[in-house]
Amino acid sequence: MRLRTGRIPKSATVVALAGTVGAIGLTGCAAEPDPGTVTVLNSATDTAEHEANQDFFDRCAAPLGLEVEQISVPADQVASKALRMASSDSLTDILELDGSELPQFAGTDGLRPIEEAGVDTSEFSESANTLGSYDGVQYGVARSVNSLALIYNTELLAEAGLEPPATWDELKETAAALTAGDTYGMAFSASPNADGVYQFLPFFWSAGGDEAELDAGEGGAAALQLWKDLVDAGSASRSVVNWNQQDVNDQFISGRAAMMINGPWQVPVLSEQDAVDWAVATIPVPEAGQDAIPPIGGTVMTVPKNEDDREREENAARILQCLNSEENQLAWGERVNNVPTREAAAQTYREQNPRLAPFADLVATARSRTAEVGTRWPVIGDALAGAFQSVLTGQSSPQEALANAQRQAAAGE
Amino acid sequence: MSETTTRTEPAAATAERAPRERKGVGRRRLYQWLFVAPALVYMLAFFGYPLVRNVLMSFQEFTPRTYFTGESPFNGLDNWRGVFDNELFGDALWQTILFTIGSLVGQFTIGLALAVFFSRRFHLSGFVRAVLLLPWLVPMVVSAVVWRRIMDEDHGILNSFLGTIGLSGDGVPWLSSPSVALLSAILVNIWIGIPFNMVILYGGLQEIPRELYEAASLDGAGPWRTFRSVTLPMLRPVVTVVLVLGFMSTIKILDLILALTGGGPADSTQTLGTLTYQLSFLQLDFGQGAVVGNVLILISAAFAVLYLRVNRADSPGK
Repeated sequence: MRLRTGRIPKSATVVALAGTVGAIGLTGCAAEPDPGTVTVLNSATDTAEHEANQDFFDRCAAPLGLEVEQISVPADQVASKALRMASSDSLTDILELDGSELPQFAGTDGLRPIEEAGVDTSEFSESANTLGSYDGVQYGVARSVNSLALIYNTELLAEAGLEPPATWDELKETAAALTAGDTYGMAFSASPNADGVYQFLPFFWSAGGDEAELDAGEGGAAALQLWKDLVDAGSASRSVVNWNQQDVNDQFISGRAAMMINGPWQVPVLSEQDAVDWAVATIPVPEAGQDAIPPIGGTVMTVPKNEDDREREENAARILQCLNSEENQLAWGERVNNVPTREAAAQTYREQNPRLAPFADLVATARSRTAEVGTRWPVIGDALAGAFQSVLTGQSSPQEALANAQRQAAAGE
Repeated sequence: MSETTTRTEPAAATAERAPRERKGVGRRRLYQWLFVAPALVYMLAFFGYPLVRNVLMSFQEFTPRTYFTGESPFNGLDNWRGVFDNELFGDALWQTILFTIGSLVGQFTIGLALAVFFSRRFHLSGFVRAVLLLPWLVPMVVSAVVWRRIMDEDHGILNSFLGTIGLSGDGVPWLSSPSVALLSAILVNIWIGIPFNMVILYGGLQEIPRELYEAASLDGAGPWRTFRSVTLPMLRPVVTVVLVLGFMSTIKILDLILALTGGGPADSTQTLGTLTYQLSFLQLDFGQGAVVGNVLILISAAFAVLYLRVNRADSPGK
């Protein structure tokens, strides 16, 4: 840039310098938090969900003379956003995490044990409390939980004169019988991410698989073999290795799958369409009479430590206490089609939503993914995904795949 | 770019006012630096700092705990050992190389062919060229999702098309077989990259003086000979730019693969990009994630140096 006079006016220099200094100076200060406002970080980015959340928060905050402000980011960004906030000392008063992410945060010592904060969870179901626990201490409270079930096309099953399968053998037979033309008997997600792993667990665990020792016993291999049999027989598409839970639901709704494994979060979509009549059944187990052991899922609300201002922690805990009253849990559970975590509320929920009752029953026997392995879960989940992907694509036998997976999981220790 | 302003300006200015003061030169230098300063500060803050930080991080135990306590003890080569012991790393490296080379070769040859084709004037040429730009305008994730449907083994339009023309009876497992998935990802990336190559190369072709072609045809050169002896040599600087930029954007690819295959099936489409993502943001092992990131930077840097050397050899006069 050449100025006509050949000289650079002083003011320009000053502006250039001021700009630089200003840009650096900006990062120095953070806003002082408002003592009357409780902040929440969650994943309620959907408008309806955000507003429903706000409703419940307001209902609880108003009597306490408080206000609640939500910061919502997409579910897969909550953890990294929370970490960034923690490093700048601006973490929210309530942090809502996915149950599987809790150990990573609890392990940092940055969360207040929930009892110490003043939230009473003694009347909650055992499985719900393990979802929020790490190393035997409970850090998070779950308002409601979900799990997986078998969702089936009632029309197709009735036409074929079949009942929803209860055992693995029945599952294979029913799926084969329902496979015709463009329709596969069965659909599930075997994608190499959290969706696929979540869907594999009910089979893995029900057969006796152990996430701490992937290649121990026969259970894990049997579960892999079941999935492979379904695909090899043509009862399930080879594309399951690419389908997430959303894709599986799409296949089901378009009539290309007679049965699917999925969760209650699909209920709003399923209810909105009338192309397919559906019902929910429990997940098939290896042998008749066994209990299905599906994974328990959902979010937990935690209270990050705030040593400088303990009152903020107390306010957060008071709001959590209120959100988890029997009445509020039940209302919330119905709103999101998840099962309340208070035993009494779950019972009422079950009676009021007979269609979703199998979910309520499954939650009772469900298991937390991280109870046994804690912060190592992400590595183990990846290893499991590698195992079912390599078996389904014919890269290795179930035993080899599990031995590989165990080696991979142990390398991260 | 700021470099060139500082270098050419004093020469021109002093030529104009040669007899004027000497001490003015010092002050003028200062002013020039002040104008460069914001850019320099920006570069240091947003490129230099993260780069150094990333290198340091790969030698630190950097976990979620670090964000709360601020402690990230140095752990020597632990992260590096962890990554190199990870069986996935070798596969990811190899697949990254295949993906990058395959994508570049495909994008470039098709892009060049189209550029040459369109540099001849004909009816609707501008319109068709504009349509061909579409893949470039579509966000990467959208392309990937659309292609995921197109390449679906059972219901994808690609397989039904191949079936209709009798090329494939059973359906190609585009995304569900480990032996085909990487090729599919490359094909999609080629589709995405063609417009960029075409546009830049087309621009380069327009720069070549017409007289050269006239001279060539007077000398009796056929089309292939003309292409080899006139077009390609004249196009060389543009070609290097296209390849280097293409390389940089391909080697670190992440969104396309995440949306298309998620790294599967059976890790057959894992690249260094997806591995960094997995280590850092799914397993929250930021130290190991940084190691893979550094490997990527090293490869890119090696390529950038190569590019600079080639470029310098090209223009010895400057």
